[in-house]
Amino acid sequence: MRFEHPATFNPIDQLKVIGHPTSRIEGPLKTTGTAPYAYERHNVVANQAYGYVVGSAIGKGRIGAIDLDAAKAAPGVLAIVTADNAGKLGKGERNAAPLLGGPEIAHYHQAVAVVVAGTFEQARAAAQLVRIDYVKGDGKFDLAAERDSVSVPDPKIGGPADTAVGDFASAFAAAPVQLDATYTTPDQGHAMMEPHASIAAWDGDKLTVWTSNQMIAWGAEDMAKTLGIPRENVRLVSPYIGGGFGGKLFLRADVLLAALGARAAGRPVKVALQRPLMFNNTTHRPATIQRIRIGAERDGKITAIGHESWSGNVSEGEPDMAVSQTRLLYAGANRMTATRLAALDLPEGNAMRAPGEASGMMALEIAIDELADKLGIDPVALRIANDTQVDPEHPQRHFSQRQLVQCLNEGAARFGWSKRNAKPGQVRDGRWLVGMGVAAAFRNNLVTKSAARVRLDQQGRVTVETDMTDIGTGSYTIIAQTAAEMMGVPLEKVTVRLGDSDFPVSCGSGGQWGGNNSTAGVYAACTKLRETIAQKLGFNSAEALFADGVVRSGNRSVPLGQAAGAGDLAAEDAIEYGDLAKTYQQSTFGAHFVEVGVDADTAEIRVRRMLAVCAAGRILNPKAARSQVIGAMTMGVGAALMEDLVVDKRHGLFVNHDLAGYEVPVHADIPHQDMIFLDETDPISSPMKAKGVAELGICGVAAAVANAVHNATGVRVREYPITLDKLLEALDID
Amino acid sequence: MRSFSYERATSPGDAAAAAVGIANAKFIAGGTNLLDLMKLEIETPAHLIDVNDLALDRIDETADGGLRIGALVRNTDLAADRRVRRGYGVLSRALLAGASGQLRNKATTAGNLLQRTRCPYFYDTNLPCNKRTPGSGCAAIGGFSRQHAVVGASDACIATHPSDMAVAMRALDAVVETVRPDGTTRNIPIAELHRLPDDSPEIETALQPGELITSVTLPKPIGGTQAYRKVRDRASYAFALVSVAAIVQPDGSGRVALGGVAHKPWRIEAAEAELPDGAKAVTARLFADAKPTRDNAYKLPLAERTLTAVLREARA
Amino acid sequence: MTTISLDVNAETHQLELDNRTTLLDALREHLHLTGTKKGCDHGQCGACTVIVDGRRINSCLTLAVMHQGDEITTIEGLGTPDGLHPLQAAFVEHDGYQCGYCTPGQICSAVAVLAEVKAGIPSHVTADLNAPVRLTNAELRERMSGNICRCGAYSNIAEAISEVAGRSA
Repeated sequence: MRFEHPATFNPIDQLKVIGHPTSRIEGPLKTTGTAPYAYERHNVVANQAYGYVVGSAIGKGRIGAIDLDAAKAAPGVLAIVTADNAGKLGKGERNAAPLLGGPEIAHYHQAVAVVVAGTFEQARAAAQLVRIDYVKGDGKFDLAAERDSVSVPDPKIGGPADTAVGDFASAFAAAPVQLDATYTTPDQGHAMMEPHASIAAWDGDKLTVWTSNQMIAWGAEDMAKTLGIPRENVRLVSPYIGGGFGGKLFLRADVLLAALGARAAGRPVKVALQRPLMFNNTTHRPATIQRIRIGAERDGKITAIGHESWSGNVSEGEPDMAVSQTRLLYAGANRMTATRLAALDLPEGNAMRAPGEASGMMALEIAIDELADKLGIDPVALRIANDTQVDPEHPQRHFSQRQLVQCLNEGAARFGWSKRNAKPGQVRDGRWLVGMGVAAAFRNNLVTKSAARVRLDQQGRVTVETDMTDIGTGSYTIIAQTAAEMMGVPLEKVTVRLGDSDFPVSCGSGGQWGGNNSTAGVYAACTKLRETIAQKLGFNSAEALFADGVVRSGNRSVPLGQAAGAGDLAAEDAIEYGDLAKTYQQSTFGAHFVEVGVDADTAEIRVRRMLAVCAAGRILNPKAARSQVIGAMTMGVGAALMEDLVVDKRHGLFVNHDLAGYEVPVHADIPHQDMIFLDETDPISSPMKAKGVAELGICGVAAAVANAVHNATGVRVREYPITLDKLLEALDID
Repeated sequence: MRSFSYERATSPGDAAAAAVGIANAKFIAGGTNLLDLMKLEIETPAHLIDVNDLALDRIDETADGGLRIGALVRNTDLAADRRVRRGYGVLSRALLAGASGQLRNKATTAGNLLQRTRCPYFYDTNLPCNKRTPGSGCAAIGGFSRQHAVVGASDACIATHPSDMAVAMRALDAVVETVRPDGTTRNIPIAELHRLPDDSPEIETALQPGELITSVTLPKPIGGTQAYRKVRDRASYAFALVSVAAIVQPDGSGRVALGGVAHKPWRIEAAEAELPDGAKAVTARLFADAKPTRDNAYKLPLAERTLTAVLREARA
Repeated sequence: MTTISLDVNAETHQLELDNRTTLLDALREHLHLTGTKKGCDHGQCGACTVIVDGRRINSCLTLAVMHQGDEITTIEGLGTPDGLHPLQAAFVEHDGYQCGYCTPGQICSAVAVLAEVKAGIPSHVTADLNAPVRLTNAELRERMSGNICRCGAYSNIAEAISEVAGRSA
């Protein structure tokens, strides 16, 4: 099904099932521990051996010699795979650094061997006996030091390296009020709770992997490419994924090493990345340095806005597109952005929840707050004054929907923003200095092809199959809701099967595109199934009504199961998009409000209240969507206050590479969170009239926290995370 | 983790004797730190002596009105004990500020005292660490040292001791009771249990090979207002950046021990004479020989400010 | 190798195990009770929380051979998809999870937290050590802090537990 024109009334608009806050259909499995994750699938194949990964001990250089004798002789060892004996390996389309290193080492903890043994304990012990002599090379690990020796990248996504409209330099120079500030964001880790894990089994030259991957088709394709085998010989299965956040978008070392280990050992092998290996072995959100310049009239109208960003990556790696939102969020006739990329030898930087906007909004939304300070204008009012309903670079292009102003107003009213004292450091609650902060939320809505297959059986049960994944997002549930709405059956009559490369290729989970596109793909397949059913029954498909488990046309009415007849009826289709993403700018909007307390003595920062107001198209399931947003808000608090993969610039690694060293928020850090969605449907986005929401929720949160800290203390911290040591000196002691 | 043999000891004396009778043996009680380190082969015992059956899990009152805490008393039980809550609030508070509910249920009194540093360079076996591999160097010096020691450190090691409980016990003048492999027992004042790193950071305590902690004795309660204030980035389940254990008497005198600043709980009794003059005077004495790094220099003002807050609240 | 018997969810299992096998791996790899999760294997996340002799512990930081005869309860022992424990049902109702990986640990921990409060065990945020303990929101959040949820379902988890605590109070 091609989606070329804005959607009109369609079966989804009945909202009998869609739009309801249905509990997740897989909830009973997850809460009882019976949902099967990759590493624990004892029943899928017999005789599983255990692989343990050895990571490079250096950040840059090469392997001089490997001695495997002791490891091979260790009890239970079945095979050891290194780059020496793995055979010729290709590299996945979406991998920058090779997943199996050697002799060249691209980064610290790059996998250099997998030891396969009969038990986990044997594999782990033998892995310690692998002796590797390294020849250290000179690596570059310091982004700030490389800032002046960067290249102009040609980004694959997120727009060109340089953009310009009008005459930024002159307008900025002429502006009566100017802001010129530089912000830094650190490297951040996904730190999903389930480590990357896979079981691999060969049947002749056919490979099956049970893994934990957000993008099934990408994974299968890159697996085939890396192993140099036909794509059709690879099957990837990933029905449950213990968190991803972008860290499981791509083929990673666990899958490859399980497959290589299984081939070498001659039996199925399972591999989970050890937690202390994950932070350097896998990808991360790259650190940025961002300079923002804004020129404004005294009434607050922005006349010039410029955003430059520097990030680093391994060879073939992409820059973090932190400038993206600045091209679209605020009005202003004169604009520029610039993205620069440093060659670093740290682990590969790649997508993490809202890549680009997440780090960009961390900086931009402090800058707006600083500008508001300079102007003496309320930061909510300043944002509203600079709203635009068109793409500022192409004024003929309208936003499909843009309710930023409504989000800000609604949020301000609900949060009690009017009680905020604009003068910092004035509000005290016992030992706490109290402040409020606001930030806009912005994230683009991406549309992409997504396919599904829908089957109807004699019992009237509808089964949906698509390689879409559920990484905690609620895919199972919203897909079931979509199929139930389309076919006119109750939710209980729908079975959803996900995450298998034998199923039609979906959009997958990433970039907050999963919810809208995967359900639109199911919509397309269901539309086709409805036509097939109508035809079979001799109904005019345009007139046939699907409701209450029956198909009606005129005064004829047939139970759905009966329509299926003896065999199942099946239909497969995909949603494919025309030009609407080009003719309209499709984005999602929100506003974050945060209240913090800063301990007047110790400068410890604790979040006291949070509210997000979002406008993101039709909300397919308000319960699951709200969870996506509050989860993103939580990650935003982490980004604001603690998350920091610290680079050791001498040894070239992230030092704090475990969950004790890399702190993420715990229960005690997060207060009750309020979150509301504005009523919105976006017929330009898809037949579902929905958009993404899971990444919108993180964009701006950290800045809202930072702005609240400033309001509480008067201290402006421009280097994330905002930790107490950065406030201490400026805080007067009582 | 290397292979090891395993036994369950039946008496403290036998356990201590076994520990020197078998090469490279170690005691295991709660195991929450030892197993963590064994998985990374930072600890590589060939034999584990499980001491959990030794009936050292009681808290008894001593003749002079103090408490004798069995080495195996779990952190949760010690913190919740009515007598500890009433008479040694600083200890309850310190225990409850540590780790998580799950870990406190398993971690023991002796094990808590003997836990090893959380320095990330100690934990990464690819990097130099004099504590883990004597003579290899200290990667924390010149590296990421935001968490590290500001005082009492050496050119060989700037690690901190991670315990909260030990800081409170230091303020309470606890005495550690042990049994040695020859069956003799001795008492070690807690001030002498932990060592400074000097040029042998791998030697962390005064315990001799095979010596087993059997109990920790607290003197009779000294009253006063007792507080343990732990400062950290996240609100829970994190090690201290700085912590302050304080016991403040109505007359303004008192005791102060700091955590998160040194290789051992940091207390200088002479500094306590300055208490009536306020926190600044006390921390000036405590940090007279401080040598912070660029990353952790904030701990000096932070400790002073934290103590200021603690004293203000104690006197309120 | 050591032969031990483990009492898990009221069933006794004889196992011959490597001394190095953690309780977590014994459950997951030997008994195929995979509801208990391995998130970090180092006591830093709480996904492996189980209840042993009535107390919650991190099963990754204890050896199976140390649990001969102990009574172990895992998530599988609390309820089944067709017969959910009240906390499991509350987690579903309040959407107290997303990816589901930390969930069994959160629920086991929550069961134990309610018992700890009942038993009067204080916490870091208990204002008065010598007064009865009440399960406030702050108490709940502090006590659950040993269970990390990277999806960030904390706010919903707190509501799920509060609802059950309120009911049982």
